[in-house]
Amino acid sequence: MAKNSLGREIPETFNGKSYIPYTDPHSIKPEAFHFQRASRVLKRNYSGASKVVGGLREAIVASGLKDGMTISTHHHLRNGDRLLNDLVREIDALGIRDIRIASSSVHIVHAELIPYIRKGVITALECGVNGPIGEQISRGELACPIIVRSHGGRARSVISGEVPIDVAFLAAPCCDEYGNFNGFYGPSACGSLGYALVDAQYARKVVAVTDNLVPFPALPIGVAQNIVDIVATVDSLGDPKKIVSSTTKLTKDPMGLLIAKYAATVIDASGYLKNGFSFQTGTGGISLAVAGHVRDMMRERRIKGSFGCGGITGFFVDMLDEGLFEGLFDVQCFDLKAVESIGRNRKHQEMSAGLYANPFNMGAVVNRLDCAILSATEIDVNFNVNVNTESSGLLLHNTGGHCDVANGAKVSIIVCPSIRGRLPMVRDEVTTITTPGETVGVVITERGIAVNDHLPELKAELIRRRAPVKDIRALRDEIYAVTGAPKPVEFTDKVVGLIEYLDGTIIDTVRTVRA
Amino acid sequence: MEIVKKGVAGTMQSSDLMVFVEPADSLKVEIESTVIKQFGHLIQAKVDEVLVKNNVTRGFIRLTDRGALDYAIEARIETALQRASAARA
Repeated sequence: MAKNSLGREIPETFNGKSYIPYTDPHSIKPEAFHFQRASRVLKRNYSGASKVVGGLREAIVASGLKDGMTISTHHHLRNGDRLLNDLVREIDALGIRDIRIASSSVHIVHAELIPYIRKGVITALECGVNGPIGEQISRGELACPIIVRSHGGRARSVISGEVPIDVAFLAAPCCDEYGNFNGFYGPSACGSLGYALVDAQYARKVVAVTDNLVPFPALPIGVAQNIVDIVATVDSLGDPKKIVSSTTKLTKDPMGLLIAKYAATVIDASGYLKNGFSFQTGTGGISLAVAGHVRDMMRERRIKGSFGCGGITGFFVDMLDEGLFEGLFDVQCFDLKAVESIGRNRKHQEMSAGLYANPFNMGAVVNRLDCAILSATEIDVNFNVNVNTESSGLLLHNTGGHCDVANGAKVSIIVCPSIRGRLPMVRDEVTTITTPGETVGVVITERGIAVNDHLPELKAELIRRRAPVKDIRALRDEIYAVTGAPKPVEFTDKVVGLIEYLDGTIIDTVRTVRA
Repeated sequence: MEIVKKGVAGTMQSSDLMVFVEPADSLKVEIESTVIKQFGHLIQAKVDEVLVKNNVTRGFIRLTDRGALDYAIEARIETALQRASAARA
């Protein structure tokens, strides 16, 4: 065990591989890992014949998938995805075992995989998960080593060859028989294919799986025929109506509205809200309420922003259509309005996860962000943020782009109620560190605004505006006075998962909870 | 306070709790909570305090807590006790 710079104990090896402990947000370079761009064998296909081999089972056989290999899927259909479950069922039926899953994310709907983990069909997860799989792993009830990665970190791990994907099975909502596809149209349209674009470039074999085979050519091209090996057809890839996971309505909760108002004040005071402004929010009710304030300020002051970024919602689509931004960078569509927009508007740009947030290239889009609104499950007095585990210690959530966006944005703003079901959200220590405090600018709860030391000018400006600025320790004390001080959850020494920072260093671990 | 019949107070919403009380020969308290690991000791202390304050020496008191704060715990227990007491019968 070695301690990383945040004081978390990191094992030297995990599941047979060695790792570097986290040091700081920006100094680690690819050379530290001897990373280069992953190389792939060149292929020659002189035939113009259809690549459709049949259904999933035929595609698995044709791909040459064997025991011990790594597969991936993308999560653009989110909790409406059917492909990963169907795929693993077929892999099991073919008697293939010891498969590593390196999908872009795993959702609650994929709890169906649990029996296949127990059976040894799946033996490792090279990606974070949402829901019961992580919960059971952190209870010690399910054995499956897991490495949680951010969107940018995952892109990095695939591009560098650190996680070599043997076969990528990519849901292709609009696809032709020679393998061109996009996500814009068809019964399972999910819009942007941002996560899949990376896999398509770097997997050893690429299988396009479609429920909507269209006449050649499928245009516009998202993933092109020259990198697609196989096409498979299925009845349905899933249900796009289930892409929307959280509320997409502005919150009506007075506490949420107050937090949103404070966040708008912070954005205004940051000095970045002028022509060329760039902005990212999530999908939660508070985030949308902040976006509403930002929209109103931009309208009033006739501000033309540069870009909106991230998972894109209908709210951002409206702002683009109104002319408030030059464009949108979209790594995944968060609702069907965004799906519809990306298919018609050239200024709504599909963005690969690598372009979005991979730290090891000549500049990710997050680097150009002015202000970003992020959520939190817990925050500590050093501004470290946890979004992976709940205060009970259970691993229930994937990182998403949290640490990527905080790393890139000039002002990253965490919005969070001060108390959730008696649990204090600002605490002495977070259960798990997802995002290091050094990259967090401001923490906002309904009890006040805490500004990190690296933004003294913003703090002074907020005080000048008589905003309720509080020291983060005072904020914690105020909250503890209401909730009482929580007893720390007890963990065993058994490390069942790693939380990777976007640069590939290990920022924290997941241990099993003591019963 | 004497518990002479069943009494219930509260809801199952987040940050609230439900309290069930019923007559019994001895005093028995059962606490189930979403935050039992972090706050079980404080919930227990609050329950004991409210029972002493109300001179409850017999009865079965059951809490199903969804992360309520102390003042809500106190109010819900007192209401359930009043609903179960002789004074209201």
